[in-house]
Amino acid sequence: MALLEIENLTVEFPTRRQTFVAVKDAHLTVEPGQIHGLVGESGAGKSTIGAAVMGLLERPGRISGGIIRFRGEEISGLDAEAMQALRGKKISMIFQDPLTSLNPLFTVKQQLVETIQAHLGLSDADAEKRAVDLIDRVGIPNPAQRANQYPHQFSGGMRQRVVIALALCSEPDVIIADEPTTALDVSIQAQILDLIKELARERQVGVILITHDMGVIADTTDVVTVMYQGEVVESGPTAQVLGRPQHPYTKSLIAAVPRPTVKLHRFPLIAYGGRITGFAIEDLARSWPTDTSERGRALIEADGITKRFVSKAAILPSRREYFTAVDQAKFEIRQGEVFGLVGESGSGKSTIARMIAGLYPVDGGTVRYRGQDVTAGPMGVPDWYRREIQMIFQDPYSSLNPRMRVDAIVAEPAKHHGILAGDALKARVGELLDRVGLGAEAGLKYPHEFSGGQRQRISIARALATQPKFLICDEPTSALDVSIQAQILNILKDLQEHLNLTMLFISHDLPVVRQMCDRVGVMKDGVLVEVAETEALFADPQHAYTQHLLSLMPRLDGLSDEGLAVA
Amino acid sequence: MLSYILRRVLQSVLVLLVVGLVAFAMFRFVGDPIDTMLGQERTMEDIERLRESLGLNKPFFIQYWDFLVRAVQGDLGISYRQGRPVAEIIAERLPATLELAAVSGAFALLFGIVFGIFTAIRRDGFAANAIMTLSLLGVSLPTFLIGILLIYVFAVELSWLPSFGRGEVVDLGGWSTGFLTKSGLIALILPSITLGLYQMTLIMRLVRSEMLEVMRQDYIRFARARGLKDRTIHFRHALKNTLVPVITVTGLQLGSIIAFAIITETVFQWPGVGLLFINAIQFVDIPVMAAYLMLISVMFVAINLVVDLLYVAIDPRLRIDGKTS
Repeated sequence: MALLEIENLTVEFPTRRQTFVAVKDAHLTVEPGQIHGLVGESGAGKSTIGAAVMGLLERPGRISGGIIRFRGEEISGLDAEAMQALRGKKISMIFQDPLTSLNPLFTVKQQLVETIQAHLGLSDADAEKRAVDLIDRVGIPNPAQRANQYPHQFSGGMRQRVVIALALCSEPDVIIADEPTTALDVSIQAQILDLIKELARERQVGVILITHDMGVIADTTDVVTVMYQGEVVESGPTAQVLGRPQHPYTKSLIAAVPRPTVKLHRFPLIAYGGRITGFAIEDLARSWPTDTSERGRALIEADGITKRFVSKAAILPSRREYFTAVDQAKFEIRQGEVFGLVGESGSGKSTIARMIAGLYPVDGGTVRYRGQDVTAGPMGVPDWYRREIQMIFQDPYSSLNPRMRVDAIVAEPAKHHGILAGDALKARVGELLDRVGLGAEAGLKYPHEFSGGQRQRISIARALATQPKFLICDEPTSALDVSIQAQILNILKDLQEHLNLTMLFISHDLPVVRQMCDRVGVMKDGVLVEVAETEALFADPQHAYTQHLLSLMPRLDGLSDEGLAVA
Repeated sequence: MLSYILRRVLQSVLVLLVVGLVAFAMFRFVGDPIDTMLGQERTMEDIERLRESLGLNKPFFIQYWDFLVRAVQGDLGISYRQGRPVAEIIAERLPATLELAAVSGAFALLFGIVFGIFTAIRRDGFAANAIMTLSLLGVSLPTFLIGILLIYVFAVELSWLPSFGRGEVVDLGGWSTGFLTKSGLIALILPSITLGLYQMTLIMRLVRSEMLEVMRQDYIRFARARGLKDRTIHFRHALKNTLVPVITVTGLQLGSIIAFAIITETVFQWPGVGLLFINAIQFVDIPVMAAYLMLISVMFVAINLVVDLLYVAIDPRLRIDGKTS
């Protein structure tokens, strides 16, 4: 008998004006020991299914049709008290962000003990013993000692292990994991997924794994259900769905996944549902001062740049302690190329970008731009240099001021540098918004009226306003869906080719780096361990750490190649 | 930790010195104490002699320095009006103010937090909305008006509670307390409510908005997903996370309860230091004013130090030794 059966589930969010159907007629079954992947883009309704099973739908959401059965018994109609007894005891949930899932003011042990006692009614001593056992079981070293620590004393991966330990408190039969590894580095991701696989195999737990990451689906799940705008479009054994997708949406979704193995000229765009917005690069290129004569010469030379942060403050300089974020990095970025920087979080990638942009002063070494030292001045980098460079940040939500109108946001850099003013500035802003596919009238709106992908287009328009020569992209697509990611990456490639822009492209996503970059630098703990041509790096990595990183990359061999040929 | 406290104490001393300097610079504008001290029958020699003996002919920073030198030795000077040592007068009056402040502070904190949680959890309930609306009265009505209103209803019309004074007090080794007699306790009710109503409203609204914010956090959702009871989630997980901003505001408010009890003390003829200060201003009694202002600054500074230490006690992330391993 199936552990969990979902039949014809429909979830609605009634609002005053209309009723929004988040999930429509969804079917899903989970067998013991099975990992069932639930994949789709944001807004597809996959998290809503998880919340509906847990009885944790946000108000005013409600189940308006269908049945959820747990071990053959209907649970969709249970009252709040009965649901609370089931939650955590028989069905547990793991959330995306381990940083925010744990209460920061209680020790790990306190949070485990209260959960254990809520379900099993053990004595304090027994509950504490069980808490330590659980911490041990999810693979945290020194469990007895670490149990008494607070969440902030754990790293991201360890914290997600704590979250899993909390989900395991009363030996649940079903675990719903909602994007459990999205916030984690690739090596930590592999460990957490292994832990989940082990749980399913050894304890016959049924797992619903909600994710947008095709690599995770391919590596981890037995069965996969693909959702699009609230509806299940395709379901079946993972190898079959990914290898021979039937539905056009599944086909286009799989085609948009960046491949680690082949380099494509452009990303195939999802051709389903009409979400593609054009990008008129040729028009922009006509008015852009492009000079390709110096192509291939060094534009940026970073010579032994170092950044230290104070980790323990003290009045006496001799008693201060430092943390070296970047240690004597030396590389050059040539005109017209895309230079990639990869590495795990905390490896110093963003710090390098900020030093080059002049946002952090260097603590050692120099940055040269066209041969001129731009870091020597007492007032930070010179203004003429700032005009030549622009940055695009990771989070399209926090990098745009919510109180400013979009036209003011796009105009700001050009206005600040006094490049354009009045009608000329207005015309430039309108043109840029038009070219990035938003239309000039988008300038009258505020950032919150746009989706994540559209916001990133606004960021791009802003970055282009001063007609820069050099663009720094710090994880520009990590917060975006795969189809939106493909669009944004295509735009960036167009910019580089047609406007002769040089780019520093920072990412933790190796397949994306392979598609985007001409040369790549690999960072580990603040040290640049290897710099090589992209194809050479992927084909024949020299440094042990690069080899390790590449080995963790999902191979995606089973994915259908249909759709790739068109590119 | 010890060096942190030491640093804070040093900062506090600096704050106190600046407060005193500003206070002494201002005293010249309050009026001339000589006028009120000597009667109609006075000669220029009398005035000059008194001015000389009180040191009032010196520049204010010299006066300030003299005050500091004596204060360090425990001598706060002699009141111009009463002719008694200032330290003695304040010691006599302080218990009344501190007891009033303690009771109204406790009242504000208790009801503020309880109502705050209640209105946050039952966001759309009738009772919650009623409390929120009524609480607007607490902030919009001036203190003296509330005091007079309460006196009118409970003392004049109903004759349940006394309208002025502390009632009977018991002397405990120099500390006169109203906590030990029935009339003393009854006398505390109206002034405490008057003084604490505004703070209660403030705390309630703060707890409510903080609580609503915390209830949206992931760890609250995860606590629900773990199957914890609503009571545990509200009172254990949510409440503790709302405390840091609440403590900040409460600390500052407790200071102002003590410092600005003046109006309430005047309305209820409460024999505390606030009333003493008002009288001192009228008489340009510089030693009393100086001592009072320094005393209030000491209290503010001390409360702030306690608040900072409480942060550390509540939030483990602020502990300096909390290294990530």
